[in-house]
Amino acid sequence: MHNNIAVQLENITKTFGKKVIANKDVTLDIRKGEILSLLGENGSGKTTLMNMLAGIYYPDSGHIYVDNGKDELEEVSICSPKDAYALGIGMIHQHFKLVDVFTATENVALGLDKSIAFNKKQIAADIKAICDKYGFKVDPDKKVYNMSVSEKQTLEIVKALYRGANILILDEPTAVLTPQETDMLFEVMRNMKADGKSIIIITHKLNEVLEISDRVSILRKGEYIDTIQTSEASVSILTEMMVGQKVTLHIDRKDPENTKERLVVNNLSCVNKYGVTALDNVSFTAYGGEILGVAGISGSGQKELLEAIAGLQDTVDGSSIEYVIPDTEERSQLIGKTALQIKDMGVALSFVPEDRLGMGLVGSMGMSDNMMLRSYRKGFFFTERKGPKELANKVKDNLEVVTPSITTPVRKLSGGNVQKVLVGREIEAAPSVLMTAYAVRGLDVNTSYTIYNLLNDQKEKGVAVIYVGEDLDVLLALCDRILVLCDGKLNGIVDARTTTKEEIGLLMTHLREEEQENG
Amino acid sequence: MAKITVHKKEPFLRIAKRDSMPLWQSILIRVISVVLALVVCGVVIYLLIKVNPLEVYKSMVEGAFGAFKEDYKFFNRRTWITIRDTMMLLCIAVGLAPAFKMRFWNIGAEGQILVGGIATAACMIYLKDLPPALLFICMIVSSLVAGALWSLLPAVFKAKWNTNETLFTLMMNYVAIQLTSFFVAMWENPFGSNTVGIINPNGHEGWFPPIFGQDYLMNVIVVMTITVGMFIYLKYSKQGYEIAVVGDSENTARYAGINVKKVIIRTMLISGAICGLSGFVAVSGASHTISTSTAGGKGFTAIIVAWLAKFNTFTMILISLLLVFLDKGAIEIASKYDLNDYVASMITGIILFFILGSEFFVNYRMIFRKKNKEVQ
Repeated sequence: MHNNIAVQLENITKTFGKKVIANKDVTLDIRKGEILSLLGENGSGKTTLMNMLAGIYYPDSGHIYVDNGKDELEEVSICSPKDAYALGIGMIHQHFKLVDVFTATENVALGLDKSIAFNKKQIAADIKAICDKYGFKVDPDKKVYNMSVSEKQTLEIVKALYRGANILILDEPTAVLTPQETDMLFEVMRNMKADGKSIIIITHKLNEVLEISDRVSILRKGEYIDTIQTSEASVSILTEMMVGQKVTLHIDRKDPENTKERLVVNNLSCVNKYGVTALDNVSFTAYGGEILGVAGISGSGQKELLEAIAGLQDTVDGSSIEYVIPDTEERSQLIGKTALQIKDMGVALSFVPEDRLGMGLVGSMGMSDNMMLRSYRKGFFFTERKGPKELANKVKDNLEVVTPSITTPVRKLSGGNVQKVLVGREIEAAPSVLMTAYAVRGLDVNTSYTIYNLLNDQKEKGVAVIYVGEDLDVLLALCDRILVLCDGKLNGIVDARTTTKEEIGLLMTHLREEEQENG
Repeated sequence: MAKITVHKKEPFLRIAKRDSMPLWQSILIRVISVVLALVVCGVVIYLLIKVNPLEVYKSMVEGAFGAFKEDYKFFNRRTWITIRDTMMLLCIAVGLAPAFKMRFWNIGAEGQILVGGIATAACMIYLKDLPPALLFICMIVSSLVAGALWSLLPAVFKAKWNTNETLFTLMMNYVAIQLTSFFVAMWENPFGSNTVGIINPNGHEGWFPPIFGQDYLMNVIVVMTITVGMFIYLKYSKQGYEIAVVGDSENTARYAGINVKKVIIRTMLISGAICGLSGFVAVSGASHTISTSTAGGKGFTAIIVAWLAKFNTFTMILISLLLVFLDKGAIEIASKYDLNDYVASMITGIILFFILGSEFFVNYRMIFRKKNKEVQ
């Protein structure tokens, strides 16, 4: 019987610690010569599952079968990336595993057998052959630190192919690419498929799934949902499978009342630490009593925008951020003030980073000590502990934070609870400008609603809320206006009640023509 | 479809991080590790010298706390020396605590002790005619300042240009050693001996005064004061809080409006100053001389103390005592059974290996093949 399956996963389960179940009983197969999309929300266990194929993790239970070249499936155990390569499985991780000071050739040579590893000419020639075959562009003598993100990614793929990978796993490859680069990537993926390679692409972008893949497998909260033919799929079917039910967000959005100018930003430009212009001439006004959404592909300048307002990011001369003090309606220039002064004036920022802890919370401290981060300066020499303790209890009760005690290190709490602590603390400081970034990152639906409600409460209290988000559905349902950033430029501010997802999607990816001419 | 199983093999051993562990369990693991260490040492000793290990352990205790004779008194000369050395080690470890808690790897305690010692010796030599109280103030202040200055350089470079503090502080040690050689040559006494000799042997100017007839009680008072002070500083002061925040996450500190550079420099100054003060304790309170071996590796041993105690200064007392006890005991058995120093180091090494190793079992659990049995 002809076997068209390249890899089969059977009842794979992986847990971290006792509580976190990353994958539960996942059964999945990858056929030869196909592109399979692995679709799921953040935290649905896509990367963990693939890491077990690549030998990074070892499953707690379950079986992995790989085609042994004789049209038979053979059960294997993959204990290390080396084992994975021996089976022809190569994974391109989100964070590239390249040595910066080495050339492309040297990076490919790393970890090869001694007999070939030092024959750089031969390797360079082989690289060229691979490039010609599939349409890659790699300069073998270029050092990695001189490469663009796209070039690095290409090199990673070439490296995997060089080692004989027949099954390629790409972890969110397009997250870091421009649209043109994405097209190029898809082109080579099709070439590789035509050559009989199996490709798994991990993504949560539906349009890409529909464009590139043959079949789609969906994971939800670590569990396998289903696999369907892409030709039979549509955005709404996939979304439904991904999130469980059709996304109908019932966020109680009131019309903004008594809006007042709170933050007037003019010609704001920033250069990030790599010397790249991260924000380019951004001007807008945020009003008290409304939620201003900020949309954009990740890394379009959202972080710099918030940090510039919070006084954590240096700005280019000519930038202006004026804050209208609530009581006196006086305008005060924020640029030149320290982060502390700005915070004391009533501008709060809660930024939820990927690891959820790095910005704003101290993982090894309990809730109580984390509350202190805002207030510890009060008093003489010694920290004042009573206030933070009361505050911690208040946040715990109001937001239903699940924690054994307010002294349990927040690192041990689940992601959602960590975020409640962070957002809760900023809200309790009674700010007049509340900036939140990725407040619902990786949260389940119920917890997300708790956060939306909190933000709406703040809006009704007259606070100017700035909400940086990833999920367009949420931005559309929660915000009053949406500011769209594209490549550090302000590409438009739209009314959230009348705009469409498509319009925002377009603004996120394509600079408007007049912008391009100006820029 | 044909599925065949050929060489399916699960890894023999997998390692996973523990969520948490009850306190009694973690203490139990540590106690077991010490017992195991003693057993292994016993076997090694027996194989090497064919002596009853219990006898050997008894000599170790005697080495640290005096021979068990009929009129045994606990506070004898040996015990006091053990206490003196414990206090010295503790003082350095307490000095390292704030830096390490901030995740600033100050491995330059050796150098900071030496410059503190030089400053103290200089005061003892040149200012011996001052009234004792004034002389002591001079010694304390100058040793604090010397240690602080020695740590200022790596701290500033770390704060401004993010240089590697480990290498920087380490290299400062060698500079300090050379500097010490220079001063030893300058203060040589008697001429040609290449040592400074006991400073002020007759008038005892600048020596720690005996209290209740005990030479080293003063050391205990000074070091315990610093230990308690540091505990309060780290746990209850605003600056201590800032240190903890910076140590855990610089980004969070930045978001909270903490001036990270300032905290790094300030904390390192404190750390260096206390290490410098250890030099004062070493010179004025113990050896009454200065040489390149005044620090004698204690600056490195103190790192182990600080880590094992998880920067809790009170736990450091116990750990310092344990390490000094091991050291004294090992020296004793080496001389008693006519072995060389290496055997002593071996025994200390085995015991430390087990104690450090126990931390692994506290933090991780092991999962063996198939049986999935957890090993505590």
